[in-house]
Amino acid sequence: MLTMNKTIIPVLTVVATIMVIWYAASVWMNSKWVYDQAARAGTEVSFSELVKDTWSQDRPVLPAPHQIVQELYKSTVLKKVTSKRSLVFHGWITLSATLLGFIFGTGMGILLAIGIVHNRAMDMSVMPWAIASQTVPIIAIAPMIVVVMSTIGATDFLGKDAATALFGHQPAFMQGLLPKAVIAAYLSFFPVVVGMVKGLRSPDNMQLDLLKTYNASKSRTFWSLRLPSSTPYLFTSLKIGMAGALVGAIVSELSASPLRGLGARMLTGSYYGQTIQIWAALFAAAAMAATLVGIIGMIERYSLQRMGIAK
Amino acid sequence: MKWIVGVLIFWVAAYALNIWLANSKWRNTRAVKFAVPAIFGITILVIWEGLVKGLQVPSVILPPPSMIAARVADSIPILWGDLVQTFVKGALTGYVIGCGAAVITAILIDRSTFLQRGLLPVGNFIAALPIIGTAPILVMWFGFDWQSKAAVVVVMVFFPMLVNTVQGLKATDQMQRDLMHTYAGSYWQTLFKLRLPAAMPAIFNGLKIATTLALIGAIVAEFFGSPTRGMGFRISVEVGRLGLDMVWAEIFVAALAGSAFYGAVAMLEKGITFWHPSQRR
Repeated sequence: MLTMNKTIIPVLTVVATIMVIWYAASVWMNSKWVYDQAARAGTEVSFSELVKDTWSQDRPVLPAPHQIVQELYKSTVLKKVTSKRSLVFHGWITLSATLLGFIFGTGMGILLAIGIVHNRAMDMSVMPWAIASQTVPIIAIAPMIVVVMSTIGATDFLGKDAATALFGHQPAFMQGLLPKAVIAAYLSFFPVVVGMVKGLRSPDNMQLDLLKTYNASKSRTFWSLRLPSSTPYLFTSLKIGMAGALVGAIVSELSASPLRGLGARMLTGSYYGQTIQIWAALFAAAAMAATLVGIIGMIERYSLQRMGIAK
Repeated sequence: MKWIVGVLIFWVAAYALNIWLANSKWRNTRAVKFAVPAIFGITILVIWEGLVKGLQVPSVILPPPSMIAARVADSIPILWGDLVQTFVKGALTGYVIGCGAAVITAILIDRSTFLQRGLLPVGNFIAALPIIGTAPILVMWFGFDWQSKAAVVVVMVFFPMLVNTVQGLKATDQMQRDLMHTYAGSYWQTLFKLRLPAAMPAIFNGLKIATTLALIGAIVAEFFGSPTRGMGFRISVEVGRLGLDMVWAEIFVAALAGSAFYGAVAMLEKGITFWHPSQRR
């Protein structure tokens, strides 16, 4: 309990300070418009009018936090989830691409890591590239993947006919899902490879020697020693992979068609100067990232505890 | 057909050569450690070239490496201009400002445990969020030119850098600080002579993470609006015109710039943290 208080009070103080600065900044940054309006109308604005006005503009330079919360409430609770203005709708589209990409990317990453640990030729040829790829802004290929995959017609998760046969209609999230998932997978792939290779190599020589004296086979060593000791590394890489997959999905939505998802909300918001909409999409994306990484963290704590390697 | 057969033969030969090299008695020499990944890379390029030529894949889907290389050689002035706009002006400026601000903030909050307890969880939380989403907002605030890209980079690199620096400043142990105390070293003397040097491995860890983030931030921010040059701008425009060889050329330059940037920071690290166990041979 003591440690809780030790963190919670400072964190709350910091968050409260950020809020105060934010409100002050939104008065300051939005005031120009108010003064311009007043000058045009030939009136004076008092300070209280200025504050009131700067916190309730339609297209503020910096929306006040309560405006973002209102917009979030309006676009999640008050809109039907199938509506194109619902953040739940757009969030689900981003989430589906993120999760599909994450599953493929991490799955392939783990498989490649297993290959690298067991095959020296593979290790020596692939590993330097996997490490080097982390210094490269891979995300730059996103627009190209989207366009190329739509040129060859591989965009929908299930084609229109197949989806209609199964569900009676084609669910919206399936349209244009594949390119986004491919980019999300690509971004989560390399961190997982590097992390898992480290994890599968984490047993020390003493432990490996012990299994050798037991005459354990390679697969037995893998299942009983390497895989269990890689668990902490696995969860760390899963968290990085999840964050990467979400960024990949959002950035690929900037060029994907139909223009849907949280990334698309940000883009259309920036076209039409709808700043509140951009902030709402940003907060939705942040909440999604926090939730997804939080879920992995919970599974991590539970399984490390069960395995007896929790700190 | 003859392209595909050629590719298959080359692939099998290179694969066999790599297996032989990796299991030969020279496998721990520097040359082999360099040669094996290089052969792997060349094999991928050859397979790519051969399959694109052999299957007659149209260049609007996947241009062969030879075409991309020709494009790079042809358009060096354009690529250079884009590199200056995105990397030097956008990414590098933001990187210096963001990392500098983070290190200074870390030193400022160093004396207050209260601020550290408050800022670190918040910083850790923000570092895991998709900060790239602030790009449209910052592009609105700072305009289309490189200033907005630098701002995105500042926001992106600040928190990872802050967290790493604060961790680094904790790297000294009580005994070392006591020694400085017995020398009557002041807070600032202890900071500059002991704690900052000891923090360098962690600081460089942050600096290396930030190199990639900086380039990502600068390129993606250009997707939200930019003047008529810059790597992100060129990529989105050429993708629209199906000029994929140019897109690949830009990606090649981005990869080169990213690796060079990382390499430069790593070299600097080697010089400054020569005393650290991880730098020993």
